[in-house]
Amino acid sequence: MTEPLSPPKKKDPQRRSPVATLPPRTRSRAGLGLAVAAAENAFRLQTCADCGAVQYPPRDACCRCLSTDLPWRETDRTGTVIAETRIHASPDPYFRARLPWRAGSVRLAAGPTAICHLHGDVGRGDAVRLRLMLDKAGRGVMVALPQTPTPAMEDDPMMRELTAHPRHRRVLVTDARAPEAPALVQALLDAGAAHVWVGEAEAWRRWPGRAGFEGRENVTLVPLDVTDSDSLATLAGEIGGKTDILVNTARHVRPGGVMAADTVQARDAMEVNALGLMRLGQAFGPGMAGRTADGVNRAACFATVLSAHALSPDPGYGAFAASQAAARSVAQTLRAEFARGGLRMTCIYTGPTEDDWHDGLPPPKVAPKALARGIVKGLIDGLEEVFVGDVAQDLAERWRRDPGILERELGDMP
Amino acid sequence: MIPRAYDGVAVVAPVTVPYVRYSQETAHWWIARALKAALDAAGLGPRDIDGLSVSSFSLAPDTPVGLTQHLGLTLNWLDTVPMGGMSGVAALRRAARAVQAGDAEIVACVAGDANHIDSFRRLLGNFSRFSQDAVYPYGYGGPNACFALLMDAYMADYGVERADFGRIAVAQRENALRNPHALMKSPLTLEQYLNARAISDPIALFDCVMPCAGAEAFLVMREDRAGGLPAARVLATMERHNAFPEDPIQLRGGWADQAAAFWDRAGVGPSDMDLLQTYDDYPVISMMQIEDLDFCEKGAAGAFVRARDLTVTGDFPHNTSGGQLSVGQAGAAGGYLGLVEALRQVTGQAGPTQVAGARRAAVSGFGMVNYDRGVCSGAAVLEGVA
Repeated sequence: MTEPLSPPKKKDPQRRSPVATLPPRTRSRAGLGLAVAAAENAFRLQTCADCGAVQYPPRDACCRCLSTDLPWRETDRTGTVIAETRIHASPDPYFRARLPWRAGSVRLAAGPTAICHLHGDVGRGDAVRLRLMLDKAGRGVMVALPQTPTPAMEDDPMMRELTAHPRHRRVLVTDARAPEAPALVQALLDAGAAHVWVGEAEAWRRWPGRAGFEGRENVTLVPLDVTDSDSLATLAGEIGGKTDILVNTARHVRPGGVMAADTVQARDAMEVNALGLMRLGQAFGPGMAGRTADGVNRAACFATVLSAHALSPDPGYGAFAASQAAARSVAQTLRAEFARGGLRMTCIYTGPTEDDWHDGLPPPKVAPKALARGIVKGLIDGLEEVFVGDVAQDLAERWRRDPGILERELGDMP
Repeated sequence: MIPRAYDGVAVVAPVTVPYVRYSQETAHWWIARALKAALDAAGLGPRDIDGLSVSSFSLAPDTPVGLTQHLGLTLNWLDTVPMGGMSGVAALRRAARAVQAGDAEIVACVAGDANHIDSFRRLLGNFSRFSQDAVYPYGYGGPNACFALLMDAYMADYGVERADFGRIAVAQRENALRNPHALMKSPLTLEQYLNARAISDPIALFDCVMPCAGAEAFLVMREDRAGGLPAARVLATMERHNAFPEDPIQLRGGWADQAAAFWDRAGVGPSDMDLLQTYDDYPVISMMQIEDLDFCEKGAAGAFVRARDLTVTGDFPHNTSGGQLSVGQAGAAGGYLGLVEALRQVTGQAGPTQVAGARRAAVSGFGMVNYDRGVCSGAAVLEGVA
């Protein structure tokens, strides 16, 4: 049984925040494939194209037939724990600070034996459900979980290290005017967030949804404009040291291709979508990345909503797609920079959303509530790449298969 | 076909450079000390040898090639044996064949390692690719955690209890108290073993070896070159790598399907042995060797050690110098420790740990936890030349 987490005590400002250390980060090139799968909650292992043998640990040649053709394929997620240990001594500073640590040998239904992190509710002899998850170093690791959910299982100390669950955490949502913002705030509170700050640009400008955020317990509207470095510096000075999760919802969408585009609007899209993310990273990144070992409500995740067309443009939204591609690139650099401190950078890709700027596009579209759910699920599952809705998932699948074909297919769309 | 015996080959001059917990000296220094001691024991100089076999984890950036120049050796035959706990047996069987075939006349086999503060942690970090990809990220318990998993499965499968493993550790400590060079100097009781600090369940403090610096060596030469030196013959050897890859967890080593042929080649059996030296990085591994080399049935080693006295004066002398558990683990020299002690025993040179009348010994080696199990297994039977 997992002991449910208690709300953390108020921090003593006189005490030094625990120094963030990372679990071992060195991996072979093949070993990095586990992180690629873990980032999006896939359970892909190398599977020999010639003889079908599933390989683990990752290899450069098949251990059964020596084939070097080892594509990563979705694999049976079940297994059995055949041995377990509780580690009480480790020379590694990250694990030393977290002892005792449980690990086990799991016989995968697919064949190989994997050394895994063991959830507290499983032990030798148990049938388990396996996941590939990202550890604090951003590397993919094998995790053995109870076959069916157990009470408070997400509060297990190992799970808390591997996920960005909102429970007891303080979250900044950057743009209250985003269509998904009300549902997102609600979903975060439902997941146990201790407090949600919601950013509001140009507060003098009246807008209809404002009342929905006013006077709510554990919700505060704060002045925040991603195009204004000063506003970000001021806000980061106030709450940057206690922001555990940041979700960037600020987005500037305008339809139209490139030839006939208004470059002023295109510049606005870049300002909000790409440079805005960069400014947020500059203002909040250092503080968050320095607080990733700070107890139950350590800083855990910096997330941003992106269009799935960051991967390949929809010519009907040329300038917007360009800003999304730029934003994705900024996010990838932030991911590399945050990784040194153990902070996760999560990209939530969505298809066209149910709003004015996507009027006229055919369904399916992503409802604000669905997008909000997708964001919170990504945090709870500890993901780096989340594709919300059928359009985004379909686009990602086609992009993985062949980006060249995807580009041509999108170019032919009416 | 049964391979030809190692006729005409003599193994002489077993030497140990006393171990030190931490030392500022380098692997080159330790290896030179061991080589000099072995040559001194045989009345030889550096120019008299034409073959060298080296095992070390801490020579970098050098290899044994660099050692030839560093130590001023001119050779016809040079070997590197990077097999950790199997290094001694592997070096012996390669050197013996080289001498027998005439590729070399006198081969010095040496293993030695430095141990600076923090060098064990650094060695761990670069041990193997599978360890980096699939072991260290899971708690970084080092070999302790890997062997804890094997021990957990072994205990569950065979109903062996911690006290059974404790008997091995306690007997070895008793042996070590006779050995002035053992790092462990105080007696160990079964109670202390059972109540020791947990390291990685079910492994506790006295299941683990202490990393240290040290070196071991011996010489392999034609019998006619050995003159009047106390010498041992090699009756048989075996090696096996990555045995039983389909076993989901390691409960047996490469000895298991080789033992019958191995004893056949030796022309003697387990009951003819006066003593046994197993590779004891953990007591559970010693138990596997006792079973897989046919000293008892599979799964019966717990009962076997309960029914026997494993000390120097007992009915089943085992790891007579105290083994790595009580002497210390000097890197790759740990793979020589049992073999060098066995050579001393069968040639009557073991001094305070001498088993009375010892003439034949079995030695086994086990090395390199590349991922979830030890990959290299080997064994040898030695007989003193009367």
